[in-house]
Amino acid sequence: MSVSEMPLVTVQELHKCFPHPVTGDTVVALEALNITVAPGELVALIGPDGAGKTTCMRILCGLLRADGGHAVIDGIDVSADPQAVQNRVGYMPQKFGLYEDLSVQENLNLYADLHALPDDVREQRFQRLLAMTGLDPFTDRPAGKLSGGMKQKLGLACTLLSAPKLIILDEPTVGVDPLSRRELWDILQQLAHDDNLSILVSTAYMDEASLCHKVYILHEGKLLAQGSPEAITKKADGACYLVTPPPHVPARLLQAALIDDAPHVIDAVPQGGAVRFISRTSDVSQLAVYAHFPDLVPQATPPTLEDAFMMILKEHSQPQAEASHFVIDYTSTASSEDAPVDVEVKDVMRKFGDFIAVNHVSFSVHRGEIFGLLGPNGAGKSTTFRMLCGLLPASSGALSVLGYDLRRARAKARAGLGYVAQKFSLYGTLTVEENLEFFAGAYGLSPHAAKERIEEILHQFDLDTHRYEPAGELPGGYKQRLSMAAALLHKPGLLFLDEPTSGIDPLARRIFWRQITALAAAGTTVIITTHFMEEAEYCDRILIQDRGCMVALGTPAEIRRRAGNPPSMNEAFINIVEQKRNNPVTTAANNRATPPKGGSSS
Amino acid sequence: MTSLSTTFYKLLCVIRKELLVTLKDPKIRFILLLPVIVQGMLFGYTASFNLDRVPYALLDQSHSSYSADFIARLEGSGIFQRVFTLSSTAQIAPAIDSGDVIAVVTVNQDFANQITAGTAAPVQVITDGRNPTTSGIAAGYISSIASAYSTELRGTPPAIEVVNRTWYNPNLITRWMFLPSLIPMLALTQVMMLAGLSVAREREQGTFDQLLVTPLQPYEILIAKAIPPMIIGTIQATLVLLLTIFWFGITPVGSIGTLYLTIFIFLLSSVGVGLSVSAISDSMQQVMVYCFVILLPMLLLSGLSTPIQNMPEVLQYATYINPMRFAVESVRRIYLEGAGLNLIAINYIPMLIVASITLPLAATLFRKKLS
Repeated sequence: MSVSEMPLVTVQELHKCFPHPVTGDTVVALEALNITVAPGELVALIGPDGAGKTTCMRILCGLLRADGGHAVIDGIDVSADPQAVQNRVGYMPQKFGLYEDLSVQENLNLYADLHALPDDVREQRFQRLLAMTGLDPFTDRPAGKLSGGMKQKLGLACTLLSAPKLIILDEPTVGVDPLSRRELWDILQQLAHDDNLSILVSTAYMDEASLCHKVYILHEGKLLAQGSPEAITKKADGACYLVTPPPHVPARLLQAALIDDAPHVIDAVPQGGAVRFISRTSDVSQLAVYAHFPDLVPQATPPTLEDAFMMILKEHSQPQAEASHFVIDYTSTASSEDAPVDVEVKDVMRKFGDFIAVNHVSFSVHRGEIFGLLGPNGAGKSTTFRMLCGLLPASSGALSVLGYDLRRARAKARAGLGYVAQKFSLYGTLTVEENLEFFAGAYGLSPHAAKERIEEILHQFDLDTHRYEPAGELPGGYKQRLSMAAALLHKPGLLFLDEPTSGIDPLARRIFWRQITALAAAGTTVIITTHFMEEAEYCDRILIQDRGCMVALGTPAEIRRRAGNPPSMNEAFINIVEQKRNNPVTTAANNRATPPKGGSSS
Repeated sequence: MTSLSTTFYKLLCVIRKELLVTLKDPKIRFILLLPVIVQGMLFGYTASFNLDRVPYALLDQSHSSYSADFIARLEGSGIFQRVFTLSSTAQIAPAIDSGDVIAVVTVNQDFANQITAGTAAPVQVITDGRNPTTSGIAAGYISSIASAYSTELRGTPPAIEVVNRTWYNPNLITRWMFLPSLIPMLALTQVMMLAGLSVAREREQGTFDQLLVTPLQPYEILIAKAIPPMIIGTIQATLVLLLTIFWFGITPVGSIGTLYLTIFIFLLSSVGVGLSVSAISDSMQQVMVYCFVILLPMLLLSGLSTPIQNMPEVLQYATYINPMRFAVESVRRIYLEGAGLNLIAINYIPMLIVASITLPLAATLFRKKLS
């Protein structure tokens, strides 16, 4: 970075407002934002949904006009000459415009044509980008048939075709599995280092942000903090602790108790079988959690970027309605192993034509357990999930839910389960109350019972004030709460959650998991898929699938042990999937060594 | 009993939701009212074979009181409007060619003499064959005026007189035939669209899975999906009915109850077709294409605009599987002829057969087409 005295991007006092889609009030999307990006610098924008990350990126690309302030890229004012800026900048939006029916090569040709790339440069660039992204062997494959990670790499390759000086990537790793995420970030680091390319990237993952040279934390349009990841992390110095739960107490229970103690605790997450928390004071002897678990010994631990991020975010956000309406009985710590089996999957297979989406999968889930289905995109976890919900029949094998065989008594099984889909799938034009009334009726609640239960659940999820709003216009976190409320109306014994935390901010995710912990403690069985690997720590047991097969089944502790005890669940996942891919025989033996039902709680 | 009332309440909730979703969508709200009125008006005014104004040219070579009398009767009918008055036969061809006149009436030099002599007095009518329907009707009008005049002159009636009375539509106004058929036609297009879009919309927006994981049985979903379009279709049929009665002044002769029963049974079959289309479609766009492909033959093979008797025999057989054919026939008969239930009931059978095939088909397709 020899020319770092002259930044490539300078953003000064940027303002942007939008009218609210319903009320017409002015909503501030960006307020006095200042950003600089030097040549060859890798810069991350982080912040919860609605922080203004996408707005900022769209203004920089000349796709939106700022209401005030300046954005200058490579000496050109964006608002004065957007076309000149667009010639120097590559932009990859959240959903990049790949043509799904065209092959990888045809997509590249198309983008080369759009950029009017001369023929002599073209071949050379194709070769280099294909080699870099590892898409060499797949040039004939239609883009629609690529995995999520490969699609993003192809998108990146198309963005890089015009040899831009700056690339702007809007959450390029959302919904991408950990393996592909790591590969994508390797490419980005290489581009910044070797090609002196400037990269501005927004992300929801703190481990990704910590790989950058500089980080900007945005919240509701305001810049909360900036600096190198190391400098930001220092903010949480001396405030972080690790505490191990007493025997036979799931880490999530202790985490819930800690997070409820808002006067003393800023944040808490389960990690590696223990609980990591950020204390407000240096004196941890005053924690309210001792009332439930007197023998805890918190130990200081070095902070991470995520700790600092959560601290900064909590300082600046309104105290959110915590999950206080979900009371947990901390005395009920019975191991779920002796509990009756709620879900039984025996040797289930599902084919789509020649393609085997789920290949001989067996497991069982006990009452009150939180069971996680993990795996890269296309691993077969969604298919497994849909079969369990009765949305898809199995090609062979037996599935039983709540004691009902899914081949025979699907409607009866359905009456006892709640389902939250990956995408918001309630009726967007109907109000919150109308949605709940409909689902109450559909689950056979009597008019009187429905009325009472709706009031109760509106209160429980803090939706009272939103009851007359159309569901489609609720903010992301509230939509998710409404989906949960609708799924829990009939008090199901079994709750299915398909990627419930994707697209909601970290604060809302804490509240969500606090609710799940309470439900499980009260005896609800929960089956959940997630692509946030660290969320596996909340689960009693997890099943990792890859290419349709079972790769690992066990408690998070067992999985970590098998992966060689890496510090994070993310790495454990990568290790295990790689082990299996490189050496299918050994891991198959490992699989047998741990019987599918083996779920000793630790 | 309790299980019956809970089932009923459950259905009520789903139907209420369907109606809310339909009516809260501004795009759908728009297509519910306006097309009915616009199409009703258009059909009432444009779809007519009746001749109100026939432009014609006259070549009177007789210049007698008889010819003047005859022309006065012709023009007194209010239908014929003289555009040109010709003076020689050479002008006939240009007059027709110009397209300004549909007919040229030539009265011979000998017209008066022939009448006084008691021999036949020909009046030549040349019509424009490029427009056969109109020319045929115009020539018919002229010959009936001529024969009436002839009877009057001779004082004696002709040996054989054809007395023509058209029942149920004495003045042969085609609007009378079209407007009642518009009731099933508009109901069909709207119900097909609404039913067709209902499942596809839920598939597209991802809400269908959420609906399928509820304990609702496929038949319950089917009933809930079928009733709202039928309610809306009935309301639209009522709108067309009111327009026909109060705007165009065509009063139904038959019983309104029988009319509504027919509409109900017809809507049952249309909603079945619509829901089947919806169940096999992945997107709303696909539904639109299917609806278009299905609706056109249904309308053409219904006898709505062209008589079924005029179709090739094979196509005449094809009309028997078209519920629209029986709906059009029944509604016309009830409306114009006053046909009672005893005469119409036979038409319900084919419509009910279509409904009893398509409705269960849709219900099985809801679940089968899941991947």
